[in-house]
Amino acid sequence: MKKSKVAVAAAALATGTLVLTACSSSSSSESTAGNASAPAAASSAAAAPAGDINCQSGSISASGSSAQANAVTEWVNAYQTACPDATIDYQAVGSGAGVEAFTSGQTSFAGTDAAVGAADIAAASAQCENGGQGINIPMVGGAIAVAYNLDGVDGLVLTPDVLAGIFDSTITKWNDAKIADLNPGVTLPDATIAQFHRSDSSGTTANFTGYLDAASNGAWTYGVGKDWTAPGGQGAKGSDQVIASIESTPNSIGYDELSYVQNATNAKAAQIDNGGGPVEATSDNAANTIAGAQIVGSGNNLELSLDYATKTPGDYPIVLVTYEFTCEAGLPADKNPALTQAFLSYAASDAGQSSLTGAGYVPITGDLLTKVRAAVDALPTS
Amino acid sequence: MSAPVREPSRADSPPAITGASVRPGDRNFRFLTTWSGILVLVILATIAAFLVWKSIPSLTTDSVNPLTYQAWAPDADPPAWGMSVLIFGTLWTSVIAMVIAVPIGIGAALFIAFYAPPRLATGLGFFVDLLAAVPSIIFGLWGLYNFMPQVVPFSEWLATYLGWIPIFSNEKELYTKSIMIAGMVLAIMILPTVSAISREVFLQVPKGHIEAALALGATRWEMVRMAVFPFSRPGMISAAMLGLGRALGETIAVALILSAVFEINWQITEPGGNSVAPNIALKWGEAGANGRSALIATGLILFFITLIVNMTARWMVNRRKDFSGAN
Repeated sequence: MKKSKVAVAAAALATGTLVLTACSSSSSSESTAGNASAPAAASSAAAAPAGDINCQSGSISASGSSAQANAVTEWVNAYQTACPDATIDYQAVGSGAGVEAFTSGQTSFAGTDAAVGAADIAAASAQCENGGQGINIPMVGGAIAVAYNLDGVDGLVLTPDVLAGIFDSTITKWNDAKIADLNPGVTLPDATIAQFHRSDSSGTTANFTGYLDAASNGAWTYGVGKDWTAPGGQGAKGSDQVIASIESTPNSIGYDELSYVQNATNAKAAQIDNGGGPVEATSDNAANTIAGAQIVGSGNNLELSLDYATKTPGDYPIVLVTYEFTCEAGLPADKNPALTQAFLSYAASDAGQSSLTGAGYVPITGDLLTKVRAAVDALPTS
Repeated sequence: MSAPVREPSRADSPPAITGASVRPGDRNFRFLTTWSGILVLVILATIAAFLVWKSIPSLTTDSVNPLTYQAWAPDADPPAWGMSVLIFGTLWTSVIAMVIAVPIGIGAALFIAFYAPPRLATGLGFFVDLLAAVPSIIFGLWGLYNFMPQVVPFSEWLATYLGWIPIFSNEKELYTKSIMIAGMVLAIMILPTVSAISREVFLQVPKGHIEAALALGATRWEMVRMAVFPFSRPGMISAAMLGLGRALGETIAVALILSAVFEINWQITEPGGNSVAPNIALKWGEAGANGRSALIATGLILFFITLIVNMTARWMVNRRKDFSGAN
């Protein structure tokens, strides 16, 4: 009798393992759905003139960065409304998984937070035929705001080295002299700083640590990466929970995408002073910095190097750019190159880029946008 | 794990009177049960082989000791990652969950089996089972948004008045997203497992033993101690170990609640802690090739930990078999 009980226990455990595995995969798709659930404003984009849209039929699938998921969802809704014969499916599985899916020939393009580096392009372009190579096309800009929840404090100003101190837990009190010096006339509480960062791997963390690393003159010593490595602080999963944690915790601070901070009622975005005076976190100020980015890729591969340390007044420095990665030539016919090109071309159009601001993103502007359009126009259509 | 395979041979052999011919029904049923048992083994072996195969690349390229290093940068150059924090956090949250859930779960089962009026017992048993059906994402969100704010004052009280006990001390003066809160939510999640299995085991105690104890003048508590516990101990251990298995592998609820910091931290009221399965869920989407391999390597370790826990449980059950009064 007891033997059989153990057998039952063993079997139950094995099923338990399977169920748990299923749970974790379903939870990731759950968060995907969560990320893509915001396009209530899509109807406004759908109302954009259809003249920009080159209708192609068929279906494509794409996957990658969840940071650009809401932007892609807006474009997909607008495109599919104008062209009922087209189906575009974008899965927000994360940049790494998106590039891998493209490499293994499952998708027509990949969305990625970090450009596929020159050294990795050949390997990532395995599905491109006739010796074609993949290219990175910057399509969606974003800004990262430093959000804080301090009763009665407005317009907090922070510099990169003070940010580095707060986020590596060497500055632990709000009334620390380093913060007070930047904010004369502001009464800061004698309270512990509750610092929040992302607990999951994220392009937001990569860009924020990239900013601290580039702009803090060596005050930040924890390098650049998608995973948070500095000691102290509290991790929260996903942009939504970072802002929720900040809003519910008095005397807290954290970094999050600008749109989440703008929609928050109980958190404000700090002004950042790189040395050229405090700059407010707004979409326009971030667009200035992105337009000034240097292109480090060659030809139509528009990999960018962002100038995080910019001291130009009015340039908000903590920005990010997400790319679409696809074949410059030789996209296989079963990946529907015509629809891929038409869709990306809509994304780069005035209508596509102007819908970004409403969704909390930062549009690509200026010379860079001209180059993006040239790259998209050169994509294969058959 | 071999028990289900051996089971048929232990069963009484079919009546010999029927001669050499085995009825087709018997043969088919035996075939089905044997292969069901073997299938469990095959699945386990396949999972183990997959984990080993996928984790070797990252284990061989790690620039530090993967068992002791306290940071996670598998996609850096050179890769530097370690799972000590994850293993520690997994065990530490599970220990807290067990300390809370096992006494309460067994207590609830005893109440349902021996103390509650029959009608109440049925209803209560039903609700305990219902708790097991709540998805873990619900526990996670509830724990994060509803439960945590209510535990914070208790954590502050613990740190203020019992702070001289090292595990309760709190130098950060922050009380959210702590190992204790994660452990408490895990405890609530494994409570139905512990309670439901214990209850079933208690109901198996022979009526004769119970009535004999009561007839000898034992109080209820003495009856439970003398008749119920000796008989049920292996089952209670199984119940606790199944609960522990769930606590060790719980993913999304812990991922939402724990602070996920790569430091070993005994202080249970401070923000901190990390765990194997939640770390996989949090890092997988954006991980590169080596990062994925490293995450699978942590999964392999969790697999071994679970295996050891189960083998220990089996050993404990077998050791106490002679005293259980069962059979």
